[in-house]
Amino acid sequence: MSRANVVSRLLGVAALLPALAACGAGDSGGGVEAGNASSGAVMVETTDPVDGATGRAGAAQPVYGFGTPATESQIAAWDIDIGPDGAGLPPGQGTVAEGLEVWERHRCILCHGPTGREGPNDIITGRIPGDEFPFANDRSLRSTVGNYWPYATTLFDYTRRAMPFDLPGTMTDEEVYAVVGAMLYFNDLLPADAVVDSAMVVDTRMPARDRFVPDNRTGGPTIR
Amino acid sequence: MVSANVRDGARDGAEAGHETDGNGGDVNDRDESSGLTRRALIAGAAAAAGGAITAGATRGLGLQEAQDPTKVPGARPVVVGSRSPHETPEKLLSGSMGGSSRTPLQDLHGIMTPADLHFERHHHGIPQIDPATYRLLIHGMVDRPMLFTLDDLKRFPQVSKLLFIECSGNGGGAYAPSPNPRNTPQSIDGLLSTSEWSGVAISTLFEEVGAHADATWFLAEGSDAAVMGRSIPMEKAWDDAMIAYAQNGEAIRPEQGYPARVFLPGWEGNASVKWVRRIELSDRPGMFRDETSKYTDPLPDGTARQFSFVMDAKSIITNPTYPRRLSEPGFVEISGYAWTGRGLIERVEVSTDGGDSWHDAVLQEPVLPKCTTRFRYGWEWDGGPAHLLSRATDETGYTQPVRQQVLDARGPGTRYHSNAIRGWRVGRDGSIEFAPV
Repeated sequence: MSRANVVSRLLGVAALLPALAACGAGDSGGGVEAGNASSGAVMVETTDPVDGATGRAGAAQPVYGFGTPATESQIAAWDIDIGPDGAGLPPGQGTVAEGLEVWERHRCILCHGPTGREGPNDIITGRIPGDEFPFANDRSLRSTVGNYWPYATTLFDYTRRAMPFDLPGTMTDEEVYAVVGAMLYFNDLLPADAVVDSAMVVDTRMPARDRFVPDNRTGGPTIR
Repeated sequence: MVSANVRDGARDGAEAGHETDGNGGDVNDRDESSGLTRRALIAGAAAAAGGAITAGATRGLGLQEAQDPTKVPGARPVVVGSRSPHETPEKLLSGSMGGSSRTPLQDLHGIMTPADLHFERHHHGIPQIDPATYRLLIHGMVDRPMLFTLDDLKRFPQVSKLLFIECSGNGGGAYAPSPNPRNTPQSIDGLLSTSEWSGVAISTLFEEVGAHADATWFLAEGSDAAVMGRSIPMEKAWDDAMIAYAQNGEAIRPEQGYPARVFLPGWEGNASVKWVRRIELSDRPGMFRDETSKYTDPLPDGTARQFSFVMDAKSIITNPTYPRRLSEPGFVEISGYAWTGRGLIERVEVSTDGGDSWHDAVLQEPVLPKCTTRFRYGWEWDGGPAHLLSRATDETGYTQPVRQQVLDARGPGTRYHSNAIRGWRVGRDGSIEFAPV
């Protein structure tokens, strides 16, 4: 996806932030203020309606001096998330063909079936005709990577951190690229001969990509 | 008067036990023949004595007495207490692959949940974490990326509040077209618990690390096998989010995130990442699996609501409910919980006729923001059919809807944030069934 798309998507999400600030205003629970030497009363400051930033910064200098500075290598060891813009995707690549092999070798097949459709656990594969999104109206529909997941980056992120189920987080980056390719292939989102790398993961446009909207519940008498 | 008598009895029993020194020694010794610990046997003896207090007090009333506790020395104090063996509340295991357990709401009084009965929902098991090697990393859009030990976290000024936490999938069974009449409060809404949560305000930590003014989200990850991640708007950090390390006065239980977790008052439980090891400040959400493919709410217009954090007002009668049976006409105290993620519960109404008429319930003090509120309504059952309902109104003026209102707004395929009015139908024979409206 393009960077412009990412920005417009995120602007949509940010639109919910003023409502969140308002919800907090009803919480009379004290205690946060007590003993906070630098900040005084904790309050939600003016929310920028454009980008959701609070405009509030932390202290210029440490207030208490507790804790230890984190080194770059310490951060790198734990900083595993992949952003929707592709930030964090590692070097490397894999093919769909290799992914189908990984699918069996890492026993993905046991939970998700030979083609991702069979279960018994989360269903990976399935598109809805016209890529419609009728989940609210049909209780029997099962969400899949192909009909519900908005970002292929999330598929890489989750697969790498949490799969395979009995040995989570043990696949190499190349295996993850390959098996992500297999899952996208199962959903007719990549051809059988595709080579999957970071650009491919970012650029694969998921069918449900534009289906997600901010929370519009705000309290008050209206049921949403 | 009653409680004073019980307290006296307990004190007397303890003193008697001290005099005889009857159960000294290693309380952890195992009785090889029975497999019971000696501590359990002692507790059992004490409880038997406690149970017999009533019998002793009713001497002459013709009741069977196994043992008169006023005539035998009671048990000694113990280093860790336990429940009476007559009391056996249990969580209900539920969910695929053993991923959740539910609080026995119908067995509880007041508003607090005993820590060992707190509901569980986790996404890849309970990790074993050594508090000595635990670290919380805060980095990203900050001036000073930092690692905090558990001891570091405990040195900061503490915050402590009574708060509910609820899984956003709680009550999903009430959406079903034909809900099972043999549901209990536990099976329907048991993914709800209330504790005093103690820890450090995330705002304190974000001050310490020098959070950047243009950060809009913080991404939190756990050190469980799913490395569970969620993105949380910075507003919540500056408002009331905390890193909690204690629950009801003791260290958080392993299944609740030991040694430290995110806690977001009033918000869907999934976002309160347990076993938190990393927080990254960012200018965008991470779009984690549990905020895209899960925990989003499809709407009839072909979209799905995302980042739907707040738990709206809700209530449930927990007594009388299935499988209890009313034994005879007369006074019945209807009681239950009400709660809202938006602040205070302002009003709870109870109906005994399926919603034709409503009566204000008494709200038990304290009524606290983002905490469960206990409500009570005294009812005279006339022996006829009845349909018991409760509906909560919060301080924003939001009133708990009927099921059809939710279905109109979100469609029949909705799963999360199920807060429609729950109900219980009482038959002429006193039987009770789950019957929402």
